[in-house]
Amino acid sequence: MKGTNLGEFEELVLLTIAALMSDAYSVGICDELSRNAGRKVRLGVVHSVLHRLESKGLIKSHLGESTKVRGGKRKRFYSITSGGFESMLKAREIRNQLWSRIPEIALGRI
Amino acid sequence: MKNRGNTSQPPGLAVRFLEWYCRPELLEDLQGDLNEFFERNVKKHGLFKARIIYIIDVFRFIRPYTLNKPDFINLLIHWIMIGSYIKTSGRNIIRNKLFSSINIIGLAASMSVGLLMIAFTLDMLKYDGFHENKNRIYRVIDDHQYLNEPVHHMATTSIKAGNLIREKISGVEDLVIMQSGFQGDFQSGNNVIPIRGFWAESSFFNIFSFQLIDGNPETALKDPYSVVVTEKTARKLFGDEDPIGKTIVMKNHPYSDKSHGNYVITGVMKDISKFSHMRFEALGSFPTLEIIEKENDFVWKWESIWQNYVYILLPKGGAPANLQANLERLSAEENANMPNKNTRINLSLQPLTKIALGKDLSNPIGPTMSSGILWFISGMALIVLLSACFNYTNLSMARSLQRSREIGIRKVIGAFRSQVVIQFVSESVLISLLSLGFAFAIYLVIKPNFLALALDIQNLVSLELSANVILGFITLAVVTGFIAGILPALFYSKINAIKVIKGASSMKVFRSVNMRKILIAFQFTLSLVFVTSTLIIYKQYKDFITFDLGFQTENILNIELQGNKPDIVAKEISEIPGVDGLSKSSMITSVGSYWGSTVRYNDPQDSASVYYNIIDENYIPLFKHEIIAGNNFSKRPDDIKVNEVIVNEQLIKRFNIGNLKPENAIGEFLILDGEKTQISGVIRDFHYGRVDSEIDPFLFRYSNSDFKFINVRLISDDLPGVMSRIEKAWKQLYPVHPFDAAFYDDRIEEAYSEYSSMIKIIGFLAFLAIIIASMGLLGMVVYTTETRVREISIRKVFGAGIGNLIFLLSRSFLFLLVISGLIAIPATYLIFDKIVLSDITYHSPIGIIELFGGSVSIMLLALLLVGSQTFKIARANPAEALKNE
Repeated sequence: MKGTNLGEFEELVLLTIAALMSDAYSVGICDELSRNAGRKVRLGVVHSVLHRLESKGLIKSHLGESTKVRGGKRKRFYSITSGGFESMLKAREIRNQLWSRIPEIALGRI
Repeated sequence: MKNRGNTSQPPGLAVRFLEWYCRPELLEDLQGDLNEFFERNVKKHGLFKARIIYIIDVFRFIRPYTLNKPDFINLLIHWIMIGSYIKTSGRNIIRNKLFSSINIIGLAASMSVGLLMIAFTLDMLKYDGFHENKNRIYRVIDDHQYLNEPVHHMATTSIKAGNLIREKISGVEDLVIMQSGFQGDFQSGNNVIPIRGFWAESSFFNIFSFQLIDGNPETALKDPYSVVVTEKTARKLFGDEDPIGKTIVMKNHPYSDKSHGNYVITGVMKDISKFSHMRFEALGSFPTLEIIEKENDFVWKWESIWQNYVYILLPKGGAPANLQANLERLSAEENANMPNKNTRINLSLQPLTKIALGKDLSNPIGPTMSSGILWFISGMALIVLLSACFNYTNLSMARSLQRSREIGIRKVIGAFRSQVVIQFVSESVLISLLSLGFAFAIYLVIKPNFLALALDIQNLVSLELSANVILGFITLAVVTGFIAGILPALFYSKINAIKVIKGASSMKVFRSVNMRKILIAFQFTLSLVFVTSTLIIYKQYKDFITFDLGFQTENILNIELQGNKPDIVAKEISEIPGVDGLSKSSMITSVGSYWGSTVRYNDPQDSASVYYNIIDENYIPLFKHEIIAGNNFSKRPDDIKVNEVIVNEQLIKRFNIGNLKPENAIGEFLILDGEKTQISGVIRDFHYGRVDSEIDPFLFRYSNSDFKFINVRLISDDLPGVMSRIEKAWKQLYPVHPFDAAFYDDRIEEAYSEYSSMIKIIGFLAFLAIIIASMGLLGMVVYTTETRVREISIRKVFGAGIGNLIFLLSRSFLFLLVISGLIAIPATYLIFDKIVLSDITYHSPIGIIELFGGSVSIMLLALLLVGSQTFKIARANPAEALKNE
């Protein structure tokens, strides 16, 4: 298993999966990210990040039911594993710690 | 799977590509995502743009983690299965004897030509490979242009150019200047043998890798009057004695006695390989030439570009491009210094490796092959081969009904698509390899015939087998098999196993009917084009050799003097019974050789190049040239130089002499070779050059010497007898030179030998193309009629007549034939009318017979094939076919 450190984009994807709950599949994640991050997110990038996260064991996936849309192809739904949840929390903790160390005066000057 | 009704589908090729490269466990998800985006894009941007985006996205998804990894177990299974494939292939070949033999014969016939082309090309590529510096050696060649006339591309250049490059241009490691014309009879003791070779500088052996067995390569060609001979020549001259240091005497130089004298042998060279672009028996030292031509200013001039060859050796890592700019500057300088401002000479470089197989140049140093012609013929052979591949493709796809059950079973047992593909490709490669055996047998038969097509070919290549050639042959067979088999393989691999097992008849096997029809039409178009071309060229050739040249050539024997005294030979021959008349000339006209000089009339600025022939007073009556004004030459004493010429009508027209009236031209003076020369007669225009070029200004010069040929008119019932008597007389006079004589008409035929070789080559290809197309057609007709036996029987029971049935069965094939005719005939006509024949000045018009004759006979052949097969089925007893229900 690779390290549990998260990249910036990986973290965004993880958060999106968590937010989408049971409706997290590749295109949905991609759309959600595009909407929230305010930048164009490519499907290919999302795919490779999902692949990477899955191989790190941070998320898991299962195939859904076949529907009429998507040319009859099934969707692959993703959900966060406990390991994934942990590394999300850890990332957030690191941020919070760092944020708390910035004096308010310094913030005001920027 | 494909839904043709709904057009908003992603592009099929991209889908298949994705299916091919993507890992199976990721495939469904990726496809689904792409589909979702595609549907969105169709709404947003329209179908076209959505398809483009889809294709781009398919390529974007190529990432290391999406790629299919090769499956080693799969490879192992393929390997194990090959035995099974070969077994089933063998059974199939034996079961369908007709189809197998059509395939094997067709492939073998067309492959034999392919083998010939491979052997030929490999031989040509072998040329000059033995020179160590082969990639650094370049030849300096010339483009020569007079005013705006077409540019002459020449292999030769001037001695001055060679010397200037040596002095002025840097970046040249070494340079050798050579000149042709080191030839004559060489005498050693009582031995006299004719030798041909070159004058060459001593740097020759630095540049080229010709090996000296004896003598010092540094000094062998340094001193005047030294000679390097090849081993073979040395043996001829001296037997087993050591030749070094021996003296030989040169005499009988064909056109100048300046180089006669004693020469010392300073080196013996290994015999030259056949695959050398230059061939010679001896090399004379260049300093000799410097002595004997010292007084002859012309030889050393910039415009003396007709008989010298200059080769340069670039330093290691040197680029010819740098040199080219310098050569252009040099040419511009020298052109400006020339007295004749109308001529431009431009130097350029030609790599050694592109001499033997490359551009067509005038004054070649040895035999060459134009790469254009080689490409053309190889292309033709390739098309014929493809045509045979089509047969295979066609027939095996037509028989898909029989084979599909086998595929169904294989797939049910667990064969992947790729395995089915490999099975069918290996089957076609197997058939192709079988055909290679037959093709090789055919190749052995046509090889000697091909070599005998023209002396040039024999001179050029040996077509001997070597490891490379065999490797080439096998590669050809494997590639052919692959091309023939890949389409059916893909087709079979797509067969749906369940449907096949359920009932083969429900399957749509004729989906590719249109493609098969196109293939058949293509084959016939091709055959028609070939046949029509052959007939047109044949007609042209016949017209050339029977062309009314403007003089009589019948029963005239031309004897080459080869440096012997014309008067002695003439006297001996004239006494032989059966000899009717005899004349002397410097050349033979109308067979493609040219002798020329510059001529001026009153205007000193206006000069033209004019061709000539030097003749005696008997020549014009002997050949029955028509004199339209003035008189024939009369016999003059030998020691008086006569400046008299007889000109043709074109010359009068060119200089506008005497208001174009031939009578007025008599007595006028021309400046010929700088001397005043009087016109004593005018003859009717005749074809001095070949018939495919225009009639240009021409003149006959009178002389008592400079003759190279004796022309003898024979009048006898026993021509061979007379000829052997003449030969006997010659042998008594000159035992050194073999008797060299040929009838004028034969020489004319020989002059157009390129056409006759072309006819034979294209004719043979046409023959193959017809065989292949007919066999393909036969196969298709047999197949279609067999599958429709029951239908025909029912029709017959209901009262259809034989005529009706034949029409029903052959209708679609006849339609195809008509289409091919409609394409082929106009296409051939246009190709010949606009491209091929437009270069030939006196070409005969394309006749109806040539244009339609071939097509009609092929149509008849095809009709016969279709008719006989359909007739057989139509006549059969319907009860026989129906009772086996």
